[in-house]
Amino acid sequence: MVASSYQLKRADFIFKNDNDWERILDKTLKRPPQELINELMSSELKGRGGAGFPTGLKWKLTAEDPSDEKFVICNADEGEPGTFKDREILSKVPYKVLMAMAVCGYVIGSSKGYIYLRGEYKFLVPELNKAIQEFEYYCKEVGHDFSIQIFLGSGAYICGEETALFESMEGKRGEPRNKPPYPTSNGYLGKATVVNNVETLAHTFTIFKYGAKKFYDLGVQYSRGSKLFSVSGDTPKPGIYELELGMSLQDFVHEFGDGDTKAVQVGGASGFLVPRKRFDKTTIGYRGKLTGISLPTGGSMMLYNSSRSMYNVLDNYLEFFREESCGQCTPCRVGCQQLHSGIKAVKRGEKPAQYLDKLLKLTETMQLTAKCGLGQSVANSFSSIVENFREEMIY
Amino acid sequence: MNTKINVTINGFQLEVENGKTILEAANEAGINIPTLCYHKDLCIAGNCRVCMVEVSGQKRLAAACATPCEEEMEIQTNSLKVRNSRKHIIELLLSEHNADCTKCYKNGNCELQELASEYKIMTQDFLRLAPMKNYTIDQFSPSIIKDDSKCIRCQRCVRTCAELQGVNALTVAYKGDEMKIATFFEKAMNDVVCTNCGQCINHCPTGALVERNYIEEVWDAIADPNKHVVVQTAPAVRVGLGEALGMDIGSRVTGKMVTALKRLGFSSVLDTDFTADLTIIEEGTELLNRLRKTLQDKDTNVRLPLATSCSPAWIKYIEHQYPELLDNLSTCKSPQQMFGALAKTYYAKARKIDPDKIVSVSIMPCTAKKFEANRPEMHDSGYRDVDYVLTTRELAIMIRQAGIEFQKLPDNKFDRLMGESTGAGVIFGATGGVMEAALRTAYELVTGREVPFDNLNITPVRGVDGIREASIKIEKPLKEWAFLDGVELKCAVAHGLVNAKTVMDAVKNGTSSYHFIEIMACPGGCLGGGGQPIPTSPEIRQKRMEAIYAEDGAMPLRKSHENPEVLKIYQDFLGEPLGPKSHHLLHTKYIPRERF
Repeated sequence: MVASSYQLKRADFIFKNDNDWERILDKTLKRPPQELINELMSSELKGRGGAGFPTGLKWKLTAEDPSDEKFVICNADEGEPGTFKDREILSKVPYKVLMAMAVCGYVIGSSKGYIYLRGEYKFLVPELNKAIQEFEYYCKEVGHDFSIQIFLGSGAYICGEETALFESMEGKRGEPRNKPPYPTSNGYLGKATVVNNVETLAHTFTIFKYGAKKFYDLGVQYSRGSKLFSVSGDTPKPGIYELELGMSLQDFVHEFGDGDTKAVQVGGASGFLVPRKRFDKTTIGYRGKLTGISLPTGGSMMLYNSSRSMYNVLDNYLEFFREESCGQCTPCRVGCQQLHSGIKAVKRGEKPAQYLDKLLKLTETMQLTAKCGLGQSVANSFSSIVENFREEMIY
Repeated sequence: MNTKINVTINGFQLEVENGKTILEAANEAGINIPTLCYHKDLCIAGNCRVCMVEVSGQKRLAAACATPCEEEMEIQTNSLKVRNSRKHIIELLLSEHNADCTKCYKNGNCELQELASEYKIMTQDFLRLAPMKNYTIDQFSPSIIKDDSKCIRCQRCVRTCAELQGVNALTVAYKGDEMKIATFFEKAMNDVVCTNCGQCINHCPTGALVERNYIEEVWDAIADPNKHVVVQTAPAVRVGLGEALGMDIGSRVTGKMVTALKRLGFSSVLDTDFTADLTIIEEGTELLNRLRKTLQDKDTNVRLPLATSCSPAWIKYIEHQYPELLDNLSTCKSPQQMFGALAKTYYAKARKIDPDKIVSVSIMPCTAKKFEANRPEMHDSGYRDVDYVLTTRELAIMIRQAGIEFQKLPDNKFDRLMGESTGAGVIFGATGGVMEAALRTAYELVTGREVPFDNLNITPVRGVDGIREASIKIEKPLKEWAFLDGVELKCAVAHGLVNAKTVMDAVKNGTSSYHFIEIMACPGGCLGGGGQPIPTSPEIRQKRMEAIYAEDGAMPLRKSHENPEVLKIYQDFLGEPLGPKSHHLLHTKYIPRERF
């Protein structure tokens, strides 16, 4: 096989064992908050949870809010099927995340941080608490007022959505709120709050340590920096890889495929399925139709080879959404049921093949009207699978 | 000062107050946007997604109810995109809904049905999901029937139960396709803290929550030649019934209602206002007794403040939530139950009718009254005191079924006995009314003078604020009440159980200095009761309230103790207030209940 003109560019920042976080923290806390915001803005770091909101802007908006109390929340609810990078960050380099939270607190004017940890990651708690203790001890020593607490989720996928996460933390049912108002002014307990994904925070460590330019120089235009990818499925080397953004999917499959890759699901159940014929036209980044992004977390790469039935794949995703929708808004609650039952009815011959078109229209409505990213993004996997593998849905 | 901003809706420019939602702005511009989860009484949920509109420059549609207007916003409420989406949403709701409309109690008064009709949803393309779910109908409660198969999950009931009532009997359970509105551990409605107030029914857009109706039972009783069917009508019914029969909101239809009831075939049409007046005599005496024991005899076993006991949902609420404060409740039965006990004793004797043959029906603005009539202790006449309780809505249904053109009916007067009433009895239907009626009587009893308010209108206790306080200083009392000289009688009025909670917490913590508190479970009092015509809103309740006070103003007698039939019943039958006979027939006990 001819080697691709573009080589996958490995990066090694996140898991690099920087033993100097105390020094970096001291150094960073001596810089004016505005300078740190500027540094983040110029790095063009975008949220690694999937939505891709510019991190610097998020910090800036929250810093400017007049809330009397503010919060920093690290979103570690990593629930997107096929994603397992945050777990690795928190167990290997927790101090990077803790330091980034403290810096964020310094920038926006908050002394309280929370880690919203996925319920299934309970096993991380003892080690993480040890790290937090050590970190808080250091903060106290250098006179920086910042404390961090772990909040354990209860297992609902929807609680990774930031406003549902607030509701969950406030002891309520995990349901997304109406937006606006946005978390930057009305977040946890109604106060201005920064919610950043674990990986996003870890990247800010890189930026504060090495400077924005180092980060900016990685990747391509609009998609700067590196990103962790959780590679799974039909691949000889599943695992977590830090790669520069902007790679073509073809190169990715050359590297990770098993030689028989039929399609790749980019961005988990709420992402897109890319069929083989589109590998060379697809790049992974924040611009362009197909990206490595999607709510609520990014970086999931699931490879499927020709032994997989795309009907089963879709059935599996839809069953997931049908269960994990919070159930409050009509398009998502009923839409997911209709999609899931609908493809079954077509498969069984109870509905004609054209019914798939009706369902495709329905996903458009869901995208337009659902209250949060969950319902809005069901359309992604549904339409990309049905449009590309229509015959597998029917026969 | 509120700043104004400019928006364009469907091409029309308008200026709206900053902070208004798109829905409010559209309504101001005379543009109707359909809604389901939105209700004027409740906080914004934004979950039904029927009110979606298109905002220029935004990729997705916006929920009009939840999105504030912004400067220079351009909004389309009827674009192709909006219409298609809206139709989809309605289709989805219908697919999950048990849309067997002809068999539904709410047929003809259902917001989902209206929308389906408006958007002409003629086909059922989507799969029918409702039959796939194993819904059971909860009909264990004597007041409320909950049918999940008709629920559209708008959570209006949940918000009502939490925000208006602070009861939280209904909450959201499960997620995804299994998400539903449920009680604690999905127990039956009569096994939980539900007070049967029926506000959830008033706020439900569909037939998922309805009253248990006794229309057929009452028709059967009327048709039975061996039965003598007496009917009593609560004060708030006369300002609500017209609404349910196509008249203007706040129409006063007392005379027409009496005529209609006679034409339906009731043997005797009587007035709950009569026992409302009687309640004032009993409860007023009880209050003065407690004051005497506390202030004069220094008896520390007597509980103050005295709390009214007319509202059965309030009674069940306190039994669940403040069982330690049950002694603060007046032992008086509600006017309905006093009436029931008297109908099969006093009335039966006077009219020489075998009480066994009497069927006692009451028309109430209330669903909790159904539960109350069903309480095992309410058999003091030797029979079940009140056999059937119909809501205002059920009466309207019967009037329609009977082919009566209500608006054209002539006026008629209540029958005697137990049909005479005063303005004091009428205002029981509004929040603050019992308080006002009690003060009119108690003050005069103690001082020999009328209450010092213009035209007997004790305005401080009137109004719509959730909690209102008033005090009256007693000066120069009659000799018998000398201990009250200079005492400032402190009163509080609360309506909506969420407000009752505030007052009762103060009582519980000992931070209140009240002597007398009136609590009505429903917003606005009985006129906003759970059995009143649907829809309800602050404006609707305001109009009904005006009607109640107008009715009071128009009565020749305004004070309970001047009701000649009340005087007569003490003379002929009861003896004296709080006497043994009163005690037996007109007073009751309360039981602590668990808090599930």
